[in-house]
Amino acid sequence: MTQPADAELAIETRELTKRFGSQTAVNSVDLAVPLGSVFGFLGPNGSGKTTSIRMMLGLIAPTSGSVRILGRESPADLAGILPRVGALVEGPAFAPFLTGSQNLARLDSADPLASTRTRSARVAAALDRVGLAHAAGKKVHAYSLGMKQRLGLANTFLMPRELLVLDEPTNGLDPQGTREVRNLVRSLADEGTTVFVSSHLLAEIEQMCTHAAVMSAGRLVAQGTLDELRSVGIARVELTTPDVGAACAVLATLGLLPEAYVADAAHLVTAPLTGDRRPAAHEMVAALVAAGVRVDSFVIQESSLEDRFVALTGEGFEIVQ
Amino acid sequence: MSAAPPRRLGLALLGTEICVLFQRKRTWAMLLALAAVPVLIAIAVRISSSPRPGRGPAFLDQVSQNGLFVAVTGLVVAIPLFLPLTVGVVAGDTIAGEASNGMLRYLLIAPAGRVRLLWVKYVAAAVFCVAATLTVVIAGLLIGLILFPVGDVTLLSGDTITVAEAIPRFLAIAAYVTVSLLGLSAIGLFFSTLTDVPVGAMAATIVLAVVSQILGALPQLDWLHPWLFSTYWLGFTDILRQPVSWESFGDNALLQGGYILVFGALAYGRFLTKDILS
Repeated sequence: MTQPADAELAIETRELTKRFGSQTAVNSVDLAVPLGSVFGFLGPNGSGKTTSIRMMLGLIAPTSGSVRILGRESPADLAGILPRVGALVEGPAFAPFLTGSQNLARLDSADPLASTRTRSARVAAALDRVGLAHAAGKKVHAYSLGMKQRLGLANTFLMPRELLVLDEPTNGLDPQGTREVRNLVRSLADEGTTVFVSSHLLAEIEQMCTHAAVMSAGRLVAQGTLDELRSVGIARVELTTPDVGAACAVLATLGLLPEAYVADAAHLVTAPLTGDRRPAAHEMVAALVAAGVRVDSFVIQESSLEDRFVALTGEGFEIVQ
Repeated sequence: MSAAPPRRLGLALLGTEICVLFQRKRTWAMLLALAAVPVLIAIAVRISSSPRPGRGPAFLDQVSQNGLFVAVTGLVVAIPLFLPLTVGVVAGDTIAGEASNGMLRYLLIAPAGRVRLLWVKYVAAAVFCVAATLTVVIAGLLIGLILFPVGDVTLLSGDTITVAEAIPRFLAIAAYVTVSLLGLSAIGLFFSTLTDVPVGAMAATIVLAVVSQILGALPQLDWLHPWLFSTYWLGFTDILRQPVSWESFGDNALLQGGYILVFGALAYGRFLTKDILS
C-alpha cells in the first residue's frame, strides 16, 4: 500500500483511540484518506466506524492519538475545518416542528461563513439537488425516513465543501434513492470533492468507491484501493458438468486442487486459482473438452470485496467483539 | 473543544434560535397559560365580593379599586411557581432538547461552535424570560382595563401617581422580574448540558426553584437566605414606593449576576469537553 504525502490526505488519523470506560471502541486506528478519493469505510455494526467519524468531526474527544482533516489538526482547529466539511452522522436529525427549508436555514445560520443574503437561494438549491423541492414547506415530522435522509444530504450541500463525510447515506432509501445517492457521490467526486462514505453494504462501496478501509472490533484491519483490497483474495474456477470425476482428473493434471460437490441438483467442480497454479481459462476449457468432459458452464470467479470483508471481520453473526 | 471563529458573535444563529423558540407551539401554550393567571384573578375578583385586605395574594384587595393592580397581583401569583415552571422548561431544554432529537451534532458540525451555541441558547432563554414576564404584565393590564376602573395609582408609601407615571413603574417591575429569572435560566442551562433527556433537566430546574423558596421560608436558615436565587423574587414591590427604592433591584441584579457567572462557567466547563454521543 502506498502512503501518499501528508498534504495529499483529506483525513489522516494517527493511533486514534477512544475508550469508554473499560471498553475500547476505537483502537489505534491509522487511517489515510487521499484527497479526491471516494473512500469506503467498511465494518460490521459496532466496529467503531461512527465513533471514528465523531472524533474526526470533533463531537467526541479522542482518548489518545491525533486527527488531521484537510491538513489541519482536529479538534484544535475545528473552526477552520468544519466549514469546509459536510457531514451526515448516524442518520439525519431535524427539528420536527420546523419545515424542511426552515431546518436547513437554521443549520446554515449556525455556519459563521455562510452568508445571510444568499441563504434562501442556497437552501432552495440544496433541496432541489436532492429532489425535495416539492416538500420544502412541509414540516419534517411529516417526512418519511427516506425524505429525512435526503434532507440530511441537502444539509451537506448548503455550502461548497472540500470533504463530505457520509455515515450510512443510503439507510432508509428506496432503490431509486440509493441510485441517486450513488450518482450524487459520483458527481461530487467529479467536481473534486473527497467523499468519505461509511457503510456495511459492500455492494454500495464496490460501486461507488475508489478506496476502502475495513474496521473490525475497533481496529483498522485493511485499507487501500479497491483493487489492492481485492487482490489479496483468491480467485476460483467453477464449472458444472455431469462428468465430475473426469473433470476433477483434468483439473488435477493442470496442477489445481479441485473439489466436487452438488448444489441445487447441479454437479459442480471448483478449484482455487492461486498465483503459481493459475492456468489460463482457455487452457482449462481446451483440456476439459479434449478429455471429453461435457461442460455446462465455466466461470472464473475473481475474489470479491465481500470475500475479503468476511475473511477480515468474521462469518455471519460470529462477529468479533 | 472548538472555539467559535472570533469574527461573528452568532447573531444570525441567535436570530434563528429566537424564531425557532416562537415557532414552537409549546412556547405559545406556556405564554397563554401565563396570560391566564391575571385573567383568572381579575375574573374571580370581579364576580365575587371584593376580598378583605390582608387576605389572598398581595395587592389583591386593590384590584377592584384600580384595574392596573391586576398586573402586579398576577406577577405575585406567577412568581413562585408558574414563571419558574415555564422558564425551567425553556432553559432545561436548551442543550438537552437538541441532544435528544440529534440536532446537537448537526449544529456543532455546522459549525455553531460550542461556546457560541451555549451563549446563543442562554440569550434565547433570557428572551423567553422577558416574553413570559411581559405576557403576565400586559395580560394583567388589559384585563384590568376591561373589568375594573382605572385611575391614579396609590403607592405603598401612600403617595398617588398618575397612570402615565405608573406605566414606567410597571415596566420596571417587569424588568425586575425578568432579571430575577436569569439566575434560574443559567441553572437550567447547566442542567441541560448534563443530560440528553430534556425532561430531566427541566424537572431538576423547577424542583430547585421550589426548594430554594422552601429554604427561603425557613427562619432557621437565615444565614443561607442571602445566597438563595429566589431571595429577592418578591422584592419588586419596592418599585411601588415614592421615591423608588432601587436597592433591592441592585441586590437582586448582583445576586442573579453571580448565579449567571457560576452556572454559566459550570455549563461552559461541562459542555466544552462533553462527548456528544447523541
